[in-house]
Amino acid sequence: MVTILASDAREQRIWAALADIADPEIPAISVVDLGVIGAVTVDDARVRVKLLPTFVGCPAIEVMRQQITERLSELNVADAVEVEVSFTPPWTSERITPAGRERLRLSGFAPPITTPAGIGAGLDELAVLPIAECPYCGSRNTTLENPFGPTLCRAIYHCADCRQPFEQMKRV
Amino acid sequence: MAESPVATLDATARGALAELLLSVADDEFVIGFWDSEWTGIAPMLEEDVATSSIAQDEIGHAKALYELLATLTDDDADRIAYGRDADAFRHAALLNHARGDWAFSVARRYLYETADAVRLVALERSADASLAALAGKMRREETYHLLHADAWLRRLSEGAPDGRERLAAAVTTLWPDAQEVFAPLAAEEELVRSGLLATPMRALHAEWQGRVTPILEPLAPDLPPLAPSIDGRTRRTDDFRWLQSEITTVYRSEEGALW
Repeated sequence: MVTILASDAREQRIWAALADIADPEIPAISVVDLGVIGAVTVDDARVRVKLLPTFVGCPAIEVMRQQITERLSELNVADAVEVEVSFTPPWTSERITPAGRERLRLSGFAPPITTPAGIGAGLDELAVLPIAECPYCGSRNTTLENPFGPTLCRAIYHCADCRQPFEQMKRV
Repeated sequence: MAESPVATLDATARGALAELLLSVADDEFVIGFWDSEWTGIAPMLEEDVATSSIAQDEIGHAKALYELLATLTDDDADRIAYGRDADAFRHAALLNHARGDWAFSVARRYLYETADAVRLVALERSADASLAALAGKMRREETYHLLHADAWLRRLSEGAPDGRERLAAAVTTLWPDAQEVFAPLAAEEELVRSGLLATPMRALHAEWQGRVTPILEPLAPDLPPLAPSIDGRTRRTDDFRWLQSEITTVYRSEEGALW
């Protein structure tokens, strides 16, 4: 969960503008709901945005960087816009907001599984759990077909109830 | 990177960190390119997707590591990746071999992923904050690679004799060169002293060998307890020279061009 604390009106305008920018690979979700905005700081000289890649090799990072720079430059809240790619903190699937998870589901992507009560206990924090809820019918009677999918952050599942293949955003 | 190490390290430590970064980056870069050769021709569609995705991860990791290195040495990540001679590469000898058949690629991936996993735990504890953060992020992704390699090792081991025999032969062939992921670095004393490398290579090697030998035992019963060698990251082969020539074709066609 990302907590957004806008200290002033300027910062609020920046967060609102960022919320308009879609993820280039899954346009249904904004970069804010995806949790890739690590921090925003602003003074008269510059806006600094810390961008947290979902995967280290994500090819969409440069597109996001450009879109954020362009969109924030239009706001004229500071002289310059700097977007810094960072792995501190690392992006994890827990950073997707509840609204973001719902948007993923509505566009046919199962959101990453959150650690289920009782099951995750004692497991490595990174253990891969081959569990997904079908975004079409809600069934958990699903099978992991391939932990690797069309982009680095997606896995492929099949729903045994509605017989629909679907993708899940990976848990990392 | 906000946590740029340049400001805080002296020249000796910077040089040592550069050697460490280059060795890890070159490993990821070279295995990424060998695996990318399976795109379109893997034994089944699911593996086409999986191998391509893993290759993309590895090359992405290499890019991030080359960028850290470029910040440290005031260089350019693309030049480091594409503008060097084959002899300037510092990947482990394990990655010198051509991709071979599917069993050979599975054997190499298993040996590499298990070694990489042991190394990443140490890198995550590096005194350099940028490297530690990147290693932590990489480790989350490598978990998937490790599972994939492990699943295929078991699948071929427990399957038809042809696959099992090919896998056993590949493991036996690659075993000596696999040790070289932990080949001693020239600046290792400095790396350990300064905490940039949290655990010496020989300790990491012992941990890895102790972990994989029993797993490989039923498949390849007589694997010798070899040690890494001093030239484990400097030996180059014609296979690698061919690959390096392939992946630099575009870069060399118009040197200095901006993409």
